[in-house]
Amino acid sequence: MPALACSWDVATRREQGWGLQRGGRWGRSQLSPCAPAPIFALLQALSSVDSVMMMYPFFYRPQDLRLEEGWHLFPLEQYFQQIAAQTSQWRLSDLNRDFTTCPTYPADVIVPAAVSDDTLRRAARFRQGGRFPVLSYYHPRNGTVLLRSSQPLTGPNRKRCPEDEVLLGTVLDEGERGFIIDTRSAQAAKQARMTGGGTEPKSSYPQWKRLHRPLERGRPLQESFIKLVEACNDASLSMDRWLSRLESCRWLSHVKAALSTACLAAQCLDREEASVLVHGAEGTDTTLLVTALAQVILDPGCRTVVGFQGLLEREWIEAGHPFHLRCARSAYSHARLKQEAPLFLLFLDCVWQLSRQFPFSLEFGESLLLTLFDNAYASDYGTFLCNNEKERCLCKVKENTHSLWAWLNQPEEKKKYLNPLYSHNPLVIWPSVEPQSIQLWQGLFFRWIRPSQYLDEARAEMQRLVEGNEAPAKESAGSRLSRSLSDPAARTENER
Amino acid sequence: LVENVKLLDRYTNRKAANGTLYLTATHLIYVDASSEVRKETWILHHHIASVEKLPLTTAGCPLLIHCKNFHVAHFVIGQERDCHEVYTSLLKLSQPVKPEELYAFSYNPKMSKDNREIGWKLIDLKVDYQRMGIPNDYWEITDVNKDYEVCNTYPPEIVVPRAANKATVIGSSRFRSRGRIPVLSYLYKENNAAICRCSQPLSGFSARCLEDEQMLQAIREANPGCAFMYVVDTRPKLNAMANRAAGKGYENEDNYDNIRFKFIGIENIHVMRNSLQKLLEVCETKSPSMSDFLTGLENSGWLRHIKAVMDAGVFLAKAVKDENASVLVHCSDGWDRTAQVCSLASLLLDPFYRTFKGFMVLIEKEWIAMGHKFSHRCGHLDGDPKEVSPVFTQFIECVWQLMQQFPCTFEFNERFLLEIHDHVYSCQFGNFLGTCHKEREDLKIFEKTHSLWPFLLQKKQELRNPLYKGFTAYKELQPNTLPFSFQFWCGMYNRFDKGMHPKQCVLDHLLSCMSQKMKLEDNASELENKLPFLDGPLPSEACSLSKVGSAASKTPMLNTPQDYEGEPPPVLTNGISVGNVDVMSDVDQKNKENLCNHQDLHDLNDTNVLDSEAREGEPQCH
Repeated sequence: MPALACSWDVATRREQGWGLQRGGRWGRSQLSPCAPAPIFALLQALSSVDSVMMMYPFFYRPQDLRLEEGWHLFPLEQYFQQIAAQTSQWRLSDLNRDFTTCPTYPADVIVPAAVSDDTLRRAARFRQGGRFPVLSYYHPRNGTVLLRSSQPLTGPNRKRCPEDEVLLGTVLDEGERGFIIDTRSAQAAKQARMTGGGTEPKSSYPQWKRLHRPLERGRPLQESFIKLVEACNDASLSMDRWLSRLESCRWLSHVKAALSTACLAAQCLDREEASVLVHGAEGTDTTLLVTALAQVILDPGCRTVVGFQGLLEREWIEAGHPFHLRCARSAYSHARLKQEAPLFLLFLDCVWQLSRQFPFSLEFGESLLLTLFDNAYASDYGTFLCNNEKERCLCKVKENTHSLWAWLNQPEEKKKYLNPLYSHNPLVIWPSVEPQSIQLWQGLFFRWIRPSQYLDEARAEMQRLVEGNEAPAKESAGSRLSRSLSDPAARTENER
Repeated sequence: LVENVKLLDRYTNRKAANGTLYLTATHLIYVDASSEVRKETWILHHHIASVEKLPLTTAGCPLLIHCKNFHVAHFVIGQERDCHEVYTSLLKLSQPVKPEELYAFSYNPKMSKDNREIGWKLIDLKVDYQRMGIPNDYWEITDVNKDYEVCNTYPPEIVVPRAANKATVIGSSRFRSRGRIPVLSYLYKENNAAICRCSQPLSGFSARCLEDEQMLQAIREANPGCAFMYVVDTRPKLNAMANRAAGKGYENEDNYDNIRFKFIGIENIHVMRNSLQKLLEVCETKSPSMSDFLTGLENSGWLRHIKAVMDAGVFLAKAVKDENASVLVHCSDGWDRTAQVCSLASLLLDPFYRTFKGFMVLIEKEWIAMGHKFSHRCGHLDGDPKEVSPVFTQFIECVWQLMQQFPCTFEFNERFLLEIHDHVYSCQFGNFLGTCHKEREDLKIFEKTHSLWPFLLQKKQELRNPLYKGFTAYKELQPNTLPFSFQFWCGMYNRFDKGMHPKQCVLDHLLSCMSQKMKLEDNASELENKLPFLDGPLPSEACSLSKVGSAASKTPMLNTPQDYEGEPPPVLTNGISVGNVDVMSDVDQKNKENLCNHQDLHDLNDTNVLDSEAREGEPQCH
């Protein structure tokens, strides 16, 4: 029976993601609109199996990978040790080990050393979904930190929570100022009070200055994406119509807004030397978009293949971005599920923009971003399954599926994703967010439309040129890249 | 010399520093006095498109200069009187009245007379016709126009069908606007299909001309492999019809045997001028939103026009290659749209034109020789502003768009295009002066000025495309012309806004890889002999060489946050320290740029270029 289910699932999951749904949209499918209704329905049903544990990754058993491989590459403990090496102000807390304090947080979180677990538990009750402020990134240059949380449950009666105020107060020294970046408009944040949410009032958090940087999320973001894909696939458009639809779908505006907000957070940390707390409402979508992007901008460690995986693991997967809900259907699907939203894709797009503006600073190329996109929506691997660590534990994802990272990090595989131009850049990479500097990600949106032959040849030519150049230098001390390639373990150590 | 001047940066809010303006015979030079590293901005007078005095502010008197190469400089001059003086001088200097005042006639790069003459002979159009196999059984090079009697805007030698005798040529010329008869532009050797060009016929509503009909027949019959030929009018149909009322118009299919007539619909020079104007306004908008920019880009219509030109070029190339059909192309006078379309089609069909030499030939042939009125279209001299139009710029952009789609097919890189574009306006070389061959002869261009091409060839190393796969790797190109395939060319229209460009330059890096490779190859044999005696790494010399090279290009341009706030920045208090670092990076940047400028100036002329005033002041160029 499992074998049967497995084969069905392979076919349908693939068809759904890459043949049928997208095929329909991209005008390639023989199946989509004219497929006999029962088959279509069957495919649809199968392609969004209700039970996670019936999904393909649970049956996928590649020969050369071991099940447990890749699941424990990036323990938070290891990340914490780096911070601990520099300061004793933070501690690793396992107060959430049974996922009761916050069902969408992992077991371990990094919190101020001076705040007790008890205080944290109380503070968690004041935050939506229990997502109390935790450390997202420690900026080693000046010791400032990036925190993230969900909105405070201020409510219509302007409730306060002393523990939450203590928690945030502890982060700042006396006289220090911090910034709260709220990813909603001031108006939206105010309105959230009606439904029990809200934002930190200045009177209760005097050291924190609030900035509102509205970012699109949820349904409107999904609509934006669907409109863009539709425009991309309409070959009948005139230039004017194309530009007009590119504008009205607003996707590039969202890219610009996300990058700007991440830059603002990074700027506060690096230039203003002030700590930053980021949240929107739930703290699982735009919040993670901003904190993860800010780290790519600030931290050269996040710009390597392995470092980027660690970032995704920490800031998206363990941080509780609900991948299962957000990426339930094919990204190109017409089915407009309420919870569907391409936030992770928006993040990948922003990283692509960074890679375009800093072509030597990211160790990986476009191909890795595309592979991550593919796997977030339909994967052989368990990495993007479920919505949070709690669900992953229940489903025994780590015991019964393979990790995407194990596969990606095989030397032969990893080679495909490397950027031949990479050279370690220890600096902060400040992108331009002028509209002229932001481009539509053709490699993604025109992946199946644009002939890639000439661009592939250019890439190969570039590789040849750069490698030809490195070959004689390989014997010299500067062959970091090639050595680390052959020894992934050494690489990991270098990273952190 | 004016002191106490500020140059404002459009994309940062930082306080501008003081500096000094110098006016030389050829350049306006701004020297930033405040920074430690010398920072200069050079503007060639000929590049100045407009100078505006803006209303007085508390900081001083603002002077806004727009350049033809899309540089925009915003100065603030302390004294109103100084500002006015600079303003009037620039007005005069930027709009020469007589051709003799153009830079090319005073430009003296210390080159022997012989070399100068060899320079002019570098491009020989006859050789290109030979390459196409002409003369052959069907086509001949005729000197029927040697005294400019057939057409005074054509060169003395033109290529026409052998079957068309002198009477036919002369007869046809009387029936074509300004005598611009059908002549050969490109012969596709593989199948004998030809691209020919001319101006509109003087057909009015019903006029006919037997010789013109014979001429077209001769062209069609010069391609025995195809029973018909295309006649392409690149104008919108309405425009062409309107011309009939003035006794001009287009070919009537009934009067010509076996022609297929087609309109393509590229807009005229006035529409293009206005479109560019709108585009530049969008590019200059300070911190526009994404929507503002995209809406502005759409409303400018610029990319629509670029697509129209590209579509036309693709149509021609397909007709020739896929249908084996000859094509005759015209617009009104046959020197704007016709030049764009014919040269683009040649570029698509023939890899030779995608080499350095070939591209020079193409420009000399389809633009310079065939009488594209560079002088009027670029506004070299004070003249009718309605004659100015970015027709050549559009062609250059089309080539750039092709480079984006086919990164390995061009021998040269984007900088080569920009360099040519700069010099079309700079009037530093004789090639683009005047409006046609006859006028250039009258101006004694070939005796008194230098040709651009040898100078560009000298810089070949930095202008080459490291990804070029050679002449034989690709033949015909079939570009995708769906709207999304056209991108906004930031490197052209926002070229001087460095902050918008990628912060690390792939081209530089690949070029340095290339030159290292060449060096290493040179050293290879030497090293082979030494290696066995060495313990460990390669000889340090070779290593450090490569290190230096890659370090130079890979080190990210010192990069600093821009204003990410979008609103007045109340939050970030200590922005000043931020600003300082930025200045430094700007300095590096500018210095690099100016280095070339300097070099130029120095090599070329150190007596005439700077007037005495500038040389007395301390900012000598070195």
